[in-house]
Amino acid sequence: MNNLPINPLSCATEGAGGPTGTWRSHRPVIDPAKCTGCLLCWIWCPEGVIAKEDRSINYDYCKGCGLCAKECPAHAITMIKEADHE
Amino acid sequence: MSKRMDTGNSACALAVKAAKVDFIAAYPITPQTSISEKLADYAAAGELSGVYLPVESEHSVMSAVAAASAAGSRTFTATSSQGLLYMHEILHYASGGRLPIVMANVNRAVCAPWCLYADHQDSVSQRDTGWLQFHCASHQEIYDTIFLAYKVAEKVKIPAMINYDGFLLSHSMLSFETLEQDLVDQFLTPYRPDWKLHPQWGGTFGNVAAAAEYSAYRNTLAEDTLKAAAVIEEEARNYQKLTGRWHGGMIDVQGPEDADVFLMSMGSMAAEMELAAEALQAMGIKADNLKVRVYRPFPAEALRQALPAHAKLLVFDRNLAYGHEGGALLMEARSALYNRDETVKIAGISLGIGGIDLPASLLTEKALALLEGLK
Amino acid sequence: MSDTIKNVKLADMPAYELVKAGTGGCAGCPSPMGLRIVGKALGPNSIMVMTPSCAVASIGVMPKSCYDVPVLNVCFASAGASAAGISMSLDAQLKNGALSGEKPTVFTWVGDGGTYDIGFQGISAAAERNDDFIHFCYNNEAYSNTGVQRSGATPKYAVTTTTPAGKESQKKNVPLLMLEQRIAYVATASLAYPLDFYRKVQKAKSIQGFKYIELHAPCGPGWKFASSDTVELARLAVKSGAWLLWEGEHGKLTLNAPTKQLAEGKMPCAELEEYLKLQGRFAHIMKSTEKAAAIEAMKSEIRREMDFMLGREKL
Ligand SMILES: Cc1ncc(C[n+]2csc(CCOP(=O)(O)OP(=O)(O)O)c2C)c(N)n1
Ligand code: SF4
Ligand code: SF4
Ligand SMILES: [Mg+2]
Repeated sequence: MNNLPINPLSCATEGAGGPTGTWRSHRPVIDPAKCTGCLLCWIWCPEGVIAKEDRSINYDYCKGCGLCAKECPAHAITMIKEADHE
Repeated sequence: MSKRMDTGNSACALAVKAAKVDFIAAYPITPQTSISEKLADYAAAGELSGVYLPVESEHSVMSAVAAASAAGSRTFTATSSQGLLYMHEILHYASGGRLPIVMANVNRAVCAPWCLYADHQDSVSQRDTGWLQFHCASHQEIYDTIFLAYKVAEKVKIPAMINYDGFLLSHSMLSFETLEQDLVDQFLTPYRPDWKLHPQWGGTFGNVAAAAEYSAYRNTLAEDTLKAAAVIEEEARNYQKLTGRWHGGMIDVQGPEDADVFLMSMGSMAAEMELAAEALQAMGIKADNLKVRVYRPFPAEALRQALPAHAKLLVFDRNLAYGHEGGALLMEARSALYNRDETVKIAGISLGIGGIDLPASLLTEKALALLEGLK
Repeated sequence: MSDTIKNVKLADMPAYELVKAGTGGCAGCPSPMGLRIVGKALGPNSIMVMTPSCAVASIGVMPKSCYDVPVLNVCFASAGASAAGISMSLDAQLKNGALSGEKPTVFTWVGDGGTYDIGFQGISAAAERNDDFIHFCYNNEAYSNTGVQRSGATPKYAVTTTTPAGKESQKKNVPLLMLEQRIAYVATASLAYPLDFYRKVQKAKSIQGFKYIELHAPCGPGWKFASSDTVELARLAVKSGAWLLWEGEHGKLTLNAPTKQLAEGKMPCAELEEYLKLQGRFAHIMKSTEKAAAIEAMKSEIRREMDFMLGREKL
């Protein structure tokens, strides 16, 4: 972006709201064996942290809302307590 | 260059057309209405280089104009009184966003009670919105100030308001000269900002800021508004070189070299004040007319330079500073001259509220009374 | 899970993300969820106008922003006029050569407060002028950003911080007002039906003039439900008839699935209570002796609305 300092401008940046992955108490873990690739978790993740190609999750920003696990029709996603996750 | 007999609002609309404005939004209010009607006529006749958006309120006027300015257009609107007050929120937005909008404000009293006639309460009450504020004393000055305002606003990236008195100037038929288009074009080249709200440039405009960034932006605006005074003086000289026309820089003082009494005012009153100064001169008082052409930034430096030691400054305000003696000009002149020179004496009065007639005879009388009080 | 998403072609939606990960919004927030789909349908050649709301509060702090299109972050009542200003400015610049290429899609992303209440005048006026942009209202049925106060879109009975005993009046129906302004295109949408939403956004993009799309946007903190349940709430709203899906072109109304089938009685409505009991904002009703009467009243409102829309569809 051709950012001129005189106008009050901001630039599109990942993590603009901070390291939101630290908000998480539980993390979603996808079982690739069960995943059918329906892409519902991809379209519904509010943060867009689930990759379309391979459903890998960007834990830097996943807030642990649990929506993907709740909506997955194949029950391929489990929410695991952060402390229990080695 | 052609001479014509027309209203102040026509002078304004003609200049806006010549300034090749890209985007106009407007909403009717007396005594501004005929500007927006004339511009709508020009647009309908295909005489306008830009587009015209007839919105449903002044809040929307300023919202549309600010957005179009961010998108890269040279923009214009006109309003008065309640309309200006209704824009208040977006006036701050426009200056904070550094959007060089130009707006004519045809001065009119504010309600309650309702009153259609001229005073400066509307524009003075928008003093701290971060806009440049020009005041005009004649049709010619209205016409010429449109170009100056665009030139300066786009250079310093601060929006500009051009004020002139409702009915007294907006509706009176007086003669003025337009300018040939090629001279206008020489003075004012098309608006081409370095950044536009467009995918080619990108960016989030007007985002939430932390205190440090916020204060940096706002302090810069305050500093740049002060610096605009020099740009106004310079561009007024450039305009004079090109056209031979001069209405003053920040202020206009043209009286006797040895003047020691100064009659300070702005708007149409300043034209009448010329006659009052002459009347005082005839009585042996070395009086001079001091016309405030730019109210924001306040012409503090110009004032300091114009006034000799032992000068008497008589300030005539067409507004009321509630809770304080006199009006805004009196307060600000005092503060600008404080510590500069203890021998300068200052007195002032608010008058002409709600459009009360201010003939030279009355101004002369008031000036004598103020002088008496200074003894 | 969704029996409503049959023949899913989510794979066809572009990978392009309008929202950069790591927004300041609550976990499970409906706003970025909706905006991501909008971005996929409109693409990057777009300009967004926003007004004070959760979508703005979650944007991040200068010099960062979570939105990857140009954004005008403007004042609360300004959306309609500002979007019109941008759109017309683009037209003028494309005409006079100051800009070239395809005109970007101008759209707003505004809450129900900015749409139903303070900004209504400007939006209704833009609709009447047929200004060329898409107005999106993400309707979370309250002023969530300022701590969940009532709005004109808050449903009757719902508790907000300014209706602590539950709201007494019915909500407005702004999409219906837009239908009757006979704008170029108006649609309601739901987060539970992403393909329907996506199609509607694409359709709006293809039409010149004023378009209005209202997305039902359940808000966990505002309605008091778990962050994982946003889509479930959106789904139950549609299935119970609390939120109707439809679209209209120049005043011609079409009910969409499953609202159409529910309204025609070809499919039974889900129990409204299922929808209500998941939300804390109706808890006082669920516990009260007036529970049955209140639910009956809500159901009869839904029935009335469905009958009205079925009749309106024939016009
Ligand atoms: C003129 C003005 N009045 C009040 C506010 C305070 N305010 C900011 S956001 C907001 C509520 C926004 O509600 P809505 O549009 O529904 O968006 P949501 O927060 O629900 O996402 C209010 C009242 C403001 N920013 N400007
Ligand atoms: S838990 Fe929420 S934020 Fe994390 S991947 Fe799942 S849907 Fe996205
Ligand atoms: S309060 Fe609601 S709308 Fe606001 S950020 Fe949180 S979930 Fe989103
Ligand atoms: Mg809301």
